[in-house]
Amino acid sequence: MTRPATRAFLLWLLAMAAGALVVWHSRFSADMSFFLPARPSAEQQVLVDQLKEGVVSRLLMVAVEGGDPAGRAAASRQLRARLGALPEFVSVQNGESGSQDADRDFLFAHRYLLSPAVTPARFTEEGLRAAVANSIDLLASPAGLMLKPLLPRDPTGELVEMIAGLNAGAQPNVRDGVWASRDGERAMLLIQTAALGSDTDGQERAIGLIRSTFAALAPAGELRLQLSGPGLFAVKSRTTIQHEVSRLTLISTLAIVAVLFFVYRSPRLMTLGLLPVVSGALAGIVAVSLAYGTVFGITVGFGSALIGEAVDYSIYYFVQSGRLGVDPWRARFWPTIRLGVLTSVGGFAALLFSGFPGLAQLGLYALSGVLTAALVTRYILPPLAGSDIRLRDLSHFGPVLKRGIALLQVLRWPVLALTVAAAILLAVNRDHLWHPNLSALSTVSAEDGAIDQALRADISAPDARYMVVITAADRESALQAAERAGEQLDGLIATGLIGGYDSPARFLPSAARQAERRASLPPTTELQPRLKAALADSPLAAHKLGGFLADLEQTRLHGHIDRATLDGTGLALAVDSLLLQRSTGWSVLLPLRPPGGEQGVDIAIEPVRAALAGSGALFVDMKHEFDTLYNDYLDEATLLSLAGFVAIVGLLATTLRSARRLGRLLLPLLASVALVIASLHLAGEQLHLLHLIGMLLIVAVGSNYALFFDHAGQTGELDDATLVSMVVANLTTAIGFGTLALSDVPVLHAVGATVGPGAILALLLAACFVSRPEQA
Amino acid sequence: MIKRLLGCLFLLAIATTASAAFDIGQLMGDLARHKGGKAKFVEKKYFAILDKPVVATGEMTYTAPDRLEKRTLTPKVETMILDKDILSIERDKQKLSINLANQPEALAFVDSIRGTLSGNRAALEKNYALHLAGNRDKWVLTLLPSDQKIASLVQRITVSGSKNQVRVIEYLQADGDRAVLNIDPVETQ
Repeated sequence: MTRPATRAFLLWLLAMAAGALVVWHSRFSADMSFFLPARPSAEQQVLVDQLKEGVVSRLLMVAVEGGDPAGRAAASRQLRARLGALPEFVSVQNGESGSQDADRDFLFAHRYLLSPAVTPARFTEEGLRAAVANSIDLLASPAGLMLKPLLPRDPTGELVEMIAGLNAGAQPNVRDGVWASRDGERAMLLIQTAALGSDTDGQERAIGLIRSTFAALAPAGELRLQLSGPGLFAVKSRTTIQHEVSRLTLISTLAIVAVLFFVYRSPRLMTLGLLPVVSGALAGIVAVSLAYGTVFGITVGFGSALIGEAVDYSIYYFVQSGRLGVDPWRARFWPTIRLGVLTSVGGFAALLFSGFPGLAQLGLYALSGVLTAALVTRYILPPLAGSDIRLRDLSHFGPVLKRGIALLQVLRWPVLALTVAAAILLAVNRDHLWHPNLSALSTVSAEDGAIDQALRADISAPDARYMVVITAADRESALQAAERAGEQLDGLIATGLIGGYDSPARFLPSAARQAERRASLPPTTELQPRLKAALADSPLAAHKLGGFLADLEQTRLHGHIDRATLDGTGLALAVDSLLLQRSTGWSVLLPLRPPGGEQGVDIAIEPVRAALAGSGALFVDMKHEFDTLYNDYLDEATLLSLAGFVAIVGLLATTLRSARRLGRLLLPLLASVALVIASLHLAGEQLHLLHLIGMLLIVAVGSNYALFFDHAGQTGELDDATLVSMVVANLTTAIGFGTLALSDVPVLHAVGATVGPGAILALLLAACFVSRPEQA
Repeated sequence: MIKRLLGCLFLLAIATTASAAFDIGQLMGDLARHKGGKAKFVEKKYFAILDKPVVATGEMTYTAPDRLEKRTLTPKVETMILDKDILSIERDKQKLSINLANQPEALAFVDSIRGTLSGNRAALEKNYALHLAGNRDKWVLTLLPSDQKIASLVQRITVSGSKNQVRVIEYLQADGDRAVLNIDPVETQ
């Protein structure tokens, strides 16, 4: 090796070692933060928090099917008993009777602090008469059986008042004493994990525990377990991405190596040719890791496309310089390649400004990868390769390719007509091209989505779409704010705008509210004569109500509820999930239930906002936020793509300094975009924002080929080596991007399906529209 | 003459045999032929804890075989509809729907009324031992729960009536409280 070669190699090796070190310490993630906004609005922040740590993100729905009802119920009970004892699970519910005894005992014991009906008026003679009369009415109703034993201690019916506000929504079916699906054929459980929704490892562990516990208690194989929930989606999505990354990289590497071997027929050249690729891939990960701290799995999956793109430069170098030598190559071809690199970089750089973190990462990854690959080709590869570039003679392909070009040029008008047709098709269908929401980017398969829907309906699991969010400095003021908002919401229930709501203050009233209710309770000496007067004509004799007087006096003097009082009840869980301590203070969540019935499953947003106006409470419709988020991404991607396009055009215009050449260069690129998108549309693919990015990349990547034709058009020569190098480079790029089209990850698939065919079309159309060398 | 007397005796004999042999099967057959109708009701509920019974009045409509609507008018308006296994209760603008299939004890309880009204002997005998007394014009059917779980709710249900019309249903609950439902048909069919 020559001295400069050794120096270059050592430098490269050092850089690679440093890069490897960074990668070794990088954090890789395959979770949903890829999709979550980098700069969220207050509403979006609620969405992000809910997705990462909200209760709903920690719920797993489990169904036991097969066998007979008794067997399923037994499995459900055992599953609850065993999982409930594990620290990985916060709660395991299956509707077993007795499982809610602690909750009922708590509600009953503290009824005079918890009941919204407790006011001074309630315990006047008039109030007592009305309340007791109502209780007696209820006694005669179908609910009477349950209330009868409680009447002597709760003659005013506070328990009923409390329960009336609780979830009146659909309860799951019950078979053999445990929850069952609507058709009764499956036993259902609702499990809340201790691990946060964003903790994919924790979710995976919890799911593994559920499966292994079930396998241990139902080994016969008659019973089957079905499971779904956000945690499972996260785990599956991560597995898919991990699997895809290695699969796609392997496919694209093998295919590209095969092409290179066919072209070079030399292991040495092939190894050298992969040098810029490896450097680029490493540099991409290093750049992302340093800039963002975390590298998304999908970003690494994009590497397969990068390989195809980065290998081009060494192909140009080897094929073109073989005949010319290094220095003439640098003089003749490097400026064209450099311009191509710059247009590619311009395209990827547009993504850097995206508020969609995944997109920004892809941009940075591809940008640094391509740049590094080009620089390594330019400065490291020549000294390492030396002058010994013996390539097999590929010049016999030249005439074949030139005949191909001649044929393509005959097709100019038909191609133009086809492009116009494609453009018209797209213009006519412009409203139906786009997928309407973020689910377009989700890795959840249709099958898993259907299972999730079915389980959710069977168990009436909450979907937590509507949420009122309040923030406050401390717990007490948070609870007070929740109580104030609750009063506003009670008004909305009365008018039928909402069906109901949950509030932590329902089980843990603020200290102020507790004091207020205690003050409403009269001392026994006052209460007793009032009760006697109130019940004078009632069938219920006042002397039977000693328990009532004692309980009320006990609460009046010593009644107090704090968070610790709730320990051991399921209500503690409800309070903890709705009252959260954050670094900046406390926040309260009040999930709203839609009115249901004829009023439908949607809540009218504006009246709720109006009712809460001025209270500092934020009303969030999660679905609306998701849709807004996606539309924001889409708008932004449109803007960025246009900006990227403008940057590329600007770059080309300043370099070429000829409107005619610029037009000739852009025409095949734009035609490729139109034809690819129209074909995708006709193939039934719904476009989303990654297709949009794909369009930009067709222009960014495709311009490389058009530039060579432009160069040839200028110099009047299109030598065989250049032509062959272009075809090979195009092939590897198409393989790299095309591999992504095989992916099940929509983000990668969209880019692959757009840029793969787009790159080939760009080359063909550039050849089609190149000014004829003989005329130049 | 003798012949005629004999004939009368014979007829009388047949009649008395028929009367003596008025059995559950025949009652069920009669009831099953009753296709429904409207009735006023007065329900008195006696609770140990209350000094006086709670009285409710209203109308009920039965449509064979499995729809029963009970509309209480006094002291408070309340509508209860039993349609197949769905029990809906509407009271003070509050609506509540219960799927009885989820609650086997409640279902058995409801089946006692429904089985009687529709003359469905098999449904009744699934959960109760049946005893019939009286004749076609004045019969009393007693249902004693055979299942321990149901027995913990209700000791005995006594249904009495005339021909195919149920007149009184009395529930004696396990704790000694009882409810008596008097039914007065508005139009017989």
